Amino acid sequence: MRAGKITVSGFFERFGIVMILLLICAVLSVLTPSFLNIRNFSNIFRQVSITGIISVGMAFVIITGGIDLSVGSIAGVTAMVATSLAHPGEYPLFVSLLAGVAVGVAAGAVNGVLIAYGEVPPFITTLGMMTLLRGVAQLYNNGRPIIDLSDAYTAIGGGFLFGVPNPVIIFVVIILLGVVLLHYTKFGRHVYAVGGNEQSARVSGINVRRVKMIVYMITGFVSAVSGIIISSRVMSGSPIAGEGYEMDAITACVIGGASLSGGEGSVLSTVIGALIVGVLKNGLDLLKVSSYWQQIVKGIIIIAAVLIDITTKKKRR
Amino acid sequence: MNRSEYALRMEHITIGFPGVKALDDVSVSFRRGKVTALMGENGAGKSTLMKILIGLYTQYTGSIYIGEEEIRLSSLQDAIVHGISMIHQELNPVPLMTVAENIFLGREILLKTGLLVDFKEQNRQAEKLLEDMKISIDPTEKMKALSVAQMQMVEAIKAVSFGASIIIMDEPTSAITDSEVDELFRVIGQLRDQGRTIIYISHKMDEIFRIADDIIVLRDGRFICQKPAKELTEEELISAMVGRTVGDIYPRGDARPGEVFLEVKNASRSNKFRNISFQVRRGEILGIAGLMGAGRTELAETIFEMEPLDEGEICVEGEPVEIGSERDAIKRGIALVSEDRKILGLNLNASVKDNISIVHLDDFCVGKMFLRPGKEQREVEKIAGEFRVKCPSLWVKAETLSGGNQQKVVLAKWMMGDPEMIIFDEPTRGIDVAAKAEIHRMMWEFAAKNKAVIMISSELPEIIGMSDRALVLHDGELMGELKREEFSQERIMSLAIGRREQ
Repeated sequence: MRAGKITVSGFFERFGIVMILLLICAVLSVLTPSFLNIRNFSNIFRQVSITGIISVGMAFVIITGGIDLSVGSIAGVTAMVATSLAHPGEYPLFVSLLAGVAVGVAAGAVNGVLIAYGEVPPFITTLGMMTLLRGVAQLYNNGRPIIDLSDAYTAIGGGFLFGVPNPVIIFVVIILLGVVLLHYTKFGRHVYAVGGNEQSARVSGINVRRVKMIVYMITGFVSAVSGIIISSRVMSGSPIAGEGYEMDAITACVIGGASLSGGEGSVLSTVIGALIVGVLKNGLDLLKVSSYWQQIVKGIIIIAAVLIDITTKKKRR
Repeated sequence: MNRSEYALRMEHITIGFPGVKALDDVSVSFRRGKVTALMGENGAGKSTLMKILIGLYTQYTGSIYIGEEEIRLSSLQDAIVHGISMIHQELNPVPLMTVAENIFLGREILLKTGLLVDFKEQNRQAEKLLEDMKISIDPTEKMKALSVAQMQMVEAIKAVSFGASIIIMDEPTSAITDSEVDELFRVIGQLRDQGRTIIYISHKMDEIFRIADDIIVLRDGRFICQKPAKELTEEELISAMVGRTVGDIYPRGDARPGEVFLEVKNASRSNKFRNISFQVRRGEILGIAGLMGAGRTELAETIFEMEPLDEGEICVEGEPVEIGSERDAIKRGIALVSEDRKILGLNLNASVKDNISIVHLDDFCVGKMFLRPGKEQREVEKIAGEFRVKCPSLWVKAETLSGGNQQKVVLAKWMMGDPEMIIFDEPTRGIDVAAKAEIHRMMWEFAAKNKAVIMISSELPEIIGMSDRALVLHDGELMGELKREEFSQERIMSLAIGRREQ
C-alpha cells in the first residue's frame, strides 16, 4: 500500500528493520548452535505471540497519536473472567471465550469514551484504567488464581495445529486482520489521518471521535485474546496475568518505527519489532546471559532504535 | 559604488544538496543602514541563502564579508558573534514567560549571588530597550497576551539586545493586520535609522515597495538582479521573479451567475459576527474582504458547520440546513480550503496520494470499507495531473512539497469529490507568484463550471482581481456589498476600517 518507487534510502527506511532482525539472527546462529532450528523458532514465535498480539492493536492506538497502558490489566481481567467460566463440565467453551472478549472490548470502550468524548488525555485515562482493572482482577477471586480448567480451554494456548502452536496461529490471524484493517480499508486510512493531523482529519469529514473510540476497542479486543491465551497456557487464571505487557507492546511499536506523536507506523514493522525483542531474549537465554543483563540490553535497544530513526530522518532533511 | 557602504557581502555562494544545486554562484550585497528585500518564488533559494547567513548550512563555497573582514560561518554561534540575527516567520516565544524574560532568555541577568535571576534589572533593561524604540509594551506582560505583531517587535528588540547589526525578517507581516504592519514598519524604519542592516523577505508587493531601499531577486538558485527599489516597477519585479512577463495576473473571464446556491440570513455568533446576510450564486466568485479579526474566518467555519450559530439561518439551494458537522457540509457539496493548510488542510505526515484521497475514500471502496488501491491510484494520478501538483512521486510525504504545491494538493483533494461550492480562506497566502496564478486560474475554472465560490482574502488586489461581488466585513459586521464595477482599493479599505458609506 505504501509502495511506489523504491529508492535506496526508501528501501532502508522500509526494510532496514527487517535487516536488523536478520542480522541479529545471523549473529546468534554463529554464537550458539541451538539457535537456528525449527523447534527453537517455533518456541520464539510462541513466546512472542502473547504480547505480539497486543502490539498489533497497540499499533493502531499509537498511530492515532494515543497510547494504551491498560492492555496488561485488561488481559488480566479477561483471564479471570474467562477462566471462571471454563471449569470442566460447566459451560461450553465459546461461552467463556465470548465473555472474555466481551469484557476486553467493553474495557476498551470505556477507555474510548473517556478519551474520545471526555477528552481525557490517553496516557491518563489508560493509566487510571490500568490501576483500576488490576484491582478488579485481584478482587474477582479475592486475589487467588482460578484453577481446574477444561481441556478444551487449556488447548487454546497449549495445543498445536498441523504442528504449529495454536498461539502462533492466532497471532498470524491477528496480524493478517491488522494488516487488512490498517492498510486496505477506509478505517485504516482514517487512523493515519487522525494521528497525522487531527484537525485536518476533522475538516476532511472524518468522524475523529469514532475512530479513536474504535482503536481503543481494538486494543481491548487483542488484550482479551492475549489474556485468554496466557491463562490457557499456564492453565490458571492469575490476577497478575498480563502485568507489564503494555511495555512489551509499546516497545514493539517503537522499535518498529511508530512515532508516539502519531501518524506513523505499520502492523508489519510492529510485528518485526516484537520479533526483534523475542529473538534477542531467546538468544540471550541460550547464551545464558542473566536476565538482569537482558533488561539492560532491551533498554539499550529501545533507545537505539529511536535514535537511529531520528538521525536517519534528520539526514534526509 | 564604494565597498565600505556595504555591511554584508556574499560572493560566489554555491551550495548543493543531494540531487539539487540550491544556490549557484550567487553574489549579493547589502547596504548598511538600508532595508534590502530578498525576493523570489518559493524554491528560488532565499531561505537557503539566509540559512547560510545564520550559520545553519555550513557546507557552502564562496566568501562572506562583514564590512571588509572575510568571515566563515560554521555555526549558529558564529552568526550571533558577527551580529547576524534572524526573526523567523513562525515565532517561538515562551508564552508563559514575560516579555523581559523572553528578551533575556538564555542570557538572564543574575543577582550578585550568581544563581538567582535579577528580575528587577531585567525588567528595567527591557523597558529601556522598548522605550528606545518607542514601543509601548509592558515588559512584565506575559508573552501570550501579545499580538503577533507585538511578538515580532519583541523579537526585534531581542535581536537588538544581542547587538545584532544585521537583522533578517522572514515574512514578518504574514499574520498581522494592516495597522500593525504600519507599527512594525515604523520599528523597522527606526532600526534602519540606527544604522542596522535589514534583510526583508516577503511575497507582498505593496509592502516591498513601501519598506525596501534595495531589491534582490533570486530565481532557481541563481542571482537575477539587484536594484534600488525606486528603479523597479511592480511588473518588472514580477517578471524578474517568474522569468516571464505576466500579462494578466488574474486570469478570469466574464461570470454568468446562475441560481442562488447558498443563502445566509441574519447570522450571528457571539463575539464573532452579527446579523450577516448574503447570497452566493452558482457561477460566481464572492469575495469577502476585511482586516484580520473581522470575523471572516469564523463566518467561513460557520458555513462549513464547524461552529454553531446563535441566531439566523443558512440555506443551501433554498433549503434551510441544520448545523451539524463537517460531514454534513461535505455531503451537501461544500468544501473548505482553509487559511492554514498546515493546520487544517493537510496531513503533512502522510503521502500526497493519501492526502488527496482522504475525503472521498468511499469512491474507492468496496462495500464502503475495503479500498481498491488500483482505482485510487488512477484517480489520484489523474487529478494530481490536472492540478499540476509537482512532486517526485505520489508517495512522498506532503511535508516535502513547497507551499504552492501543498495548496494544490488541498485543492485536488476537495475537487475530487466534485463539490458544488468551495470556500477559499486566504488561498494564496505565502505562495509564490506562479503557483498563485495557477490557483487563481483553477478557482475561476471551477466557478465557470456553474459552481459557487467564496473567497476570503486580505489582499485587496486579489479581491478586486478575482471576485464578481465583494462583501466587506469590519469587526463582525457586514459593512457593504460591492459589485465588480464598483471595486476600488480605497473603497474596500475604507469599509474594512469601519467607515460607513453614506
